[in-house]
Amino acid sequence: MEIFFNRYRSLTVLLAALVAQLLLLAYQVKTNSDVRLIRVWAVTGVMPLARVVEAFRSNTTGFFSEYLVLLDVKEENKTLKSQLGSLKMENQFLKTELATADRARSLAAFQSRSPSRTIAARIIGTGTGANSKVVFLDRGSSAGVAKGMAVVTPDGIVGKVISSYPSASQVILITDPSFAAGVISQKSRVHGTLKGQGHSICLIEYIQNEEQVAAGEWFYTSGDDRVFPKGLPVGQVKIVRPGKMFFKEVFLVPSGLQQGLEEVLVVLEGVHQTIPDSQETPQTLHLLPAPPADPNAADPQGVLSGNLSTEADQMLEKYRRTGEAQGHVFGKAGNKPPNFNVPDPAAVKPPDPKPAVPTQPTNR
Amino acid sequence: MTESGDWLLRPRRKHQYRLRPVALLLVAVTAILFQIYVPLFFQYLSYLEMPLLVTVYFSLMRREPVAGVLIGASIGLVQDSLSHNPIGMFGIVKTLVGYFAGFVSQRFDVQNTGIRFLLGFFFFFFHQFFYWVLASALLGQTYGFDALQTLVFGLLNATVAVPLFHVLDKL
Repeated sequence: MEIFFNRYRSLTVLLAALVAQLLLLAYQVKTNSDVRLIRVWAVTGVMPLARVVEAFRSNTTGFFSEYLVLLDVKEENKTLKSQLGSLKMENQFLKTELATADRARSLAAFQSRSPSRTIAARIIGTGTGANSKVVFLDRGSSAGVAKGMAVVTPDGIVGKVISSYPSASQVILITDPSFAAGVISQKSRVHGTLKGQGHSICLIEYIQNEEQVAAGEWFYTSGDDRVFPKGLPVGQVKIVRPGKMFFKEVFLVPSGLQQGLEEVLVVLEGVHQTIPDSQETPQTLHLLPAPPADPNAADPQGVLSGNLSTEADQMLEKYRRTGEAQGHVFGKAGNKPPNFNVPDPAAVKPPDPKPAVPTQPTNR
Repeated sequence: MTESGDWLLRPRRKHQYRLRPVALLLVAVTAILFQIYVPLFFQYLSYLEMPLLVTVYFSLMRREPVAGVLIGASIGLVQDSLSHNPIGMFGIVKTLVGYFAGFVSQRFDVQNTGIRFLLGFFFFFFHQFFYWVLASALLGQTYGFDALQTLVFGLLNATVAVPLFHVLDKL
């Protein structure tokens, strides 16, 4: 046996490593649980480094860019152009500061306006793997972030927390193929399930072909998934087409990811809100007044004069007159049915033609 | 095989590449850090599989399949821990990559630039394809495998692998 292992040492090690990992994988898939200890070690080991790198980058970017610009200015002109360059740099710096302040202010405004309790977080890393749509936040369980919490921006939903570690948390973005959330359309309140596609466009599933959804329509969270509070914007429909089976194919551009991701809000305690009404203004349709009645015109069927037009209508009217002539009240229980065989009272005395009344112009 | 073509198939150095464990650890952590941090600012770089390239390099240079298995499994498991998939997916794939890279290194001159380019390309394609097979078979994930895109990214990764391996040679 020992000779065998020595001879096939590398194969034995390979098989042992593969079997161990397959067993680990099978355990996780079968029990639908996670090997948290390994993840905690890895995240705790790697994320502080990512945080240091991010802090270093954000602190030194301004310095280096200013330095490089000043070098260029020196080469061109040491007097006026250096001043201009400095001003440009300052302007750029202030613009960046303003943009950052705007973003922070809009985040703070959204945070204060939203009834949900949220906490601001910064993105410090992405998940591994080429197709990965996962990011890491700098807030973890020590800040109250827990698995399953929603992550949003003022523009829309971003994703949900899938793991929380003491110093960081892992968020799956709504563009990930394994992401799903309940959504509802703004106009016709059609429910669907948002699914990521691995790229910038998401798909809304389970909307029947008969239901009304138009391109450009907004979708909001429905709250059905118990992760996202109802009423948060999700995105705007880009393409709608009938599906092959029973459901439409609705493609949506997520609004939360359009401005780039840097700061986000984690919803610690969500409060459902109402879906805002559509902002679409009703279009007015101008109608001219009806033409005046022509007393000389032949109107055998009484269309213009407002009289009955079809044979069925005339018959119904005849029955009504006959019933009324016999004192019958239609729709009343216990009433004796009228005798419809008696001659029509109108045949004895025709009713006066109703004069046409011009209608007022209406706005619809 | 003629005598003139043997130089490609013969390992140039018989001795194993000695790399300090600290350097190995630092390079591996840097590669993983690169993969989780740099795509935040340059999204197109997310297709650069730095942990894979580092796995291939160390496995090739150690010239021993067992070392390749251990290096691949370790880097793969750390990468798994930072992904949202069950732990073991990258681990299994990189274990196989490490093993085959270690195996191949005993038969080829792995310091030849052309060989390095070809191996970088081959192992990237193998890595992506085998990961897709595992994800479909074991996890039931149903995203498609874009062979053309993978070939292009394989070429890009191989192009990066050549200078990267050259830099790592200096460590």
